[in-house]
Amino acid sequence: MPASQNKIIVVENLVKKFGNFIANDHLSFDVSKGEIFGFLGANGAGKTTAMKILCGLSHPTSGKVTVAGYDIYTQTEKIKRSIGYMSQKFSLYEDLTVYENFRFYGGIYGLSRSEIHSQTEILLSQLDLSDYKNRVIKTLPLGWKQKLAFSVAIIHKPAIVFLDEPTGGVDPITRRQFWDLIYKNAYQGLTVFITTHYMDEAEYCNRLSIMVDGKIKALDTPAALKNRFGCATMQEVFLELARN
Amino acid sequence: MRTIGYIIQKEFIQIFRDRFMPKIIFAVPLFQLLLLSYAATFEIKQTRIVILDNDRSVESRRLVSLFQGSSFFSSLTDVEGIEEAEKLINTRRVHQILTIPRGFERKMIVEKSVTLQLITDAVDGSAGSIRSAYAQSIIQRYSMLINTRVTGLNITQPIVATWSFWYNPELQYTTFMVPGILVLLVTIIGLFLTGINLVREKEMGTIEQINVTPIKKIQFIAGKLIPFWIIGLVELTFGLILARLVFDVPILGNPAIIYLVAGIYLVLIMGIGLIISTVSDTQQQSMFISWFFLVLFILMSGLFTPAESMPAWAQIFNKINPIAYFIQVIRLVMLKGSGLADVSVQLISLSVYAFASIVIAVHHYKKTV
Repeated sequence: MPASQNKIIVVENLVKKFGNFIANDHLSFDVSKGEIFGFLGANGAGKTTAMKILCGLSHPTSGKVTVAGYDIYTQTEKIKRSIGYMSQKFSLYEDLTVYENFRFYGGIYGLSRSEIHSQTEILLSQLDLSDYKNRVIKTLPLGWKQKLAFSVAIIHKPAIVFLDEPTGGVDPITRRQFWDLIYKNAYQGLTVFITTHYMDEAEYCNRLSIMVDGKIKALDTPAALKNRFGCATMQEVFLELARN
Repeated sequence: MRTIGYIIQKEFIQIFRDRFMPKIIFAVPLFQLLLLSYAATFEIKQTRIVILDNDRSVESRRLVSLFQGSSFFSSLTDVEGIEEAEKLINTRRVHQILTIPRGFERKMIVEKSVTLQLITDAVDGSAGSIRSAYAQSIIQRYSMLINTRVTGLNITQPIVATWSFWYNPELQYTTFMVPGILVLLVTIIGLFLTGINLVREKEMGTIEQINVTPIKKIQFIAGKLIPFWIIGLVELTFGLILARLVFDVPILGNPAIIYLVAGIYLVLIMGIGLIISTVSDTQQQSMFISWFFLVLFILMSGLFTPAESMPAWAQIFNKINPIAYFIQVIRLVMLKGSGLADVSVQLISLSVYAFASIVIAVHHYKKTV
């Protein structure tokens, strides 16, 4: 880990252009180890673009970015070993069983046979889904699939997990369980970088950034943001910022 | 290597868990071989001919009886006039009309020469010319007979060729077709299944998950291709067994050569499938592009029509047509018993293409969006 010991993600003046369109306009922020960092913004504000850059799925136009201490331009493959990613689009293989999905992703991350086995046991018991190990994914309810997808994303014990709207279309109870899961893992030192459209979820984050038109308009703890804008809820803060 | 193993394992589970895939993999070769090998034939077994005998003489009846005696022709002689005969050929109920003019016998004896009219339906050009040739050979034979009778001399043709058909002595059409159909089989498996496979991951969104893993492009592609490579060779084996047992097609050469060439050919065809899937966003797109190439390659390959009779530019095209190479090799090895040295040109060409297609496929597949 470099000199900025505690900072696991460092972004300075990140710019991403698609032709003339500026999706990310000089973003600068950092994320500390073990933090739950909320990345908010309206649809089309540029959240997913920025997240894809951090995950090495897309290249920045300019700016300096390090993730887990590795440079985004030259050490993408090392970054990929240190991160987990769960995309908006559901990412487990529907025609494989729960265990087969764990085995496959564990295998391509280079886990040994016994590691795959023990990680699967641990993660499934955490979800209380050990009995469903041999069920084919497409027969399971959406909420379970999302929790399983999260578990698969962290099977190789990454330092950071990126969650792109992980709770879309999930009922409130399952969402609550999903956040319990996030907290449990953050407590064990996992850094969580999450985008969401649910403002109640935003309240659960340690710190939040709110993007408007490719720029970061605000970045602070939920309490401080509400204070600064004189609002009672994050919902109001968000509307206040997005309106201007 | 372990990484590739995990991908192969996953692919096999997915293929055999699918409701259709296993059936397609085994039903396709069976149907293709059985149906195409029997149905796709150039043999003309029956020709319906109208004979308009306007002379009704002894000689004209002799000619008619030669047609009636041939098992190749079924002749209609009770048709009233040319209009009705033309109606029959228009509605495709007969293939040919032979008109014997009035005064046929007299002209032949007095003027020593007479003209007959033979009309052939040539919508299908090659069938038409075969039918025409058969009819002419009967007229030729009649001509010889009448010369003998009229002159009293035993006139025979001055030059007689004896013939034998090598490599396919009984002119069995299936012997020629089956090896080609085997190539089709391997091609369809290689091109379509790999083409669809990667695109399916794009459609499901799982490709994004793969792309954030540290997996190397070459590992991923190898893991994707090896299962279909194995399936392709299993299909070929299945096809060769059917060819031997059902169609009695000889396998004179060393089967190892067929497998060697098939193995290289599959890599090439799967490389093309992968390139197609990297440029397609949906399975439909991938299917359309695959069809385009498949139809083009097959029709130009010499499978259904001899490549030697194609125009020069088409023959040049066939120098880059992988299907043409494989068909040549498999026919040479199965029917002629050719050895490795005889097919070295094809082998080297296919190897070069296979290497190029994989390099392009790996290069084209991007882990970023």
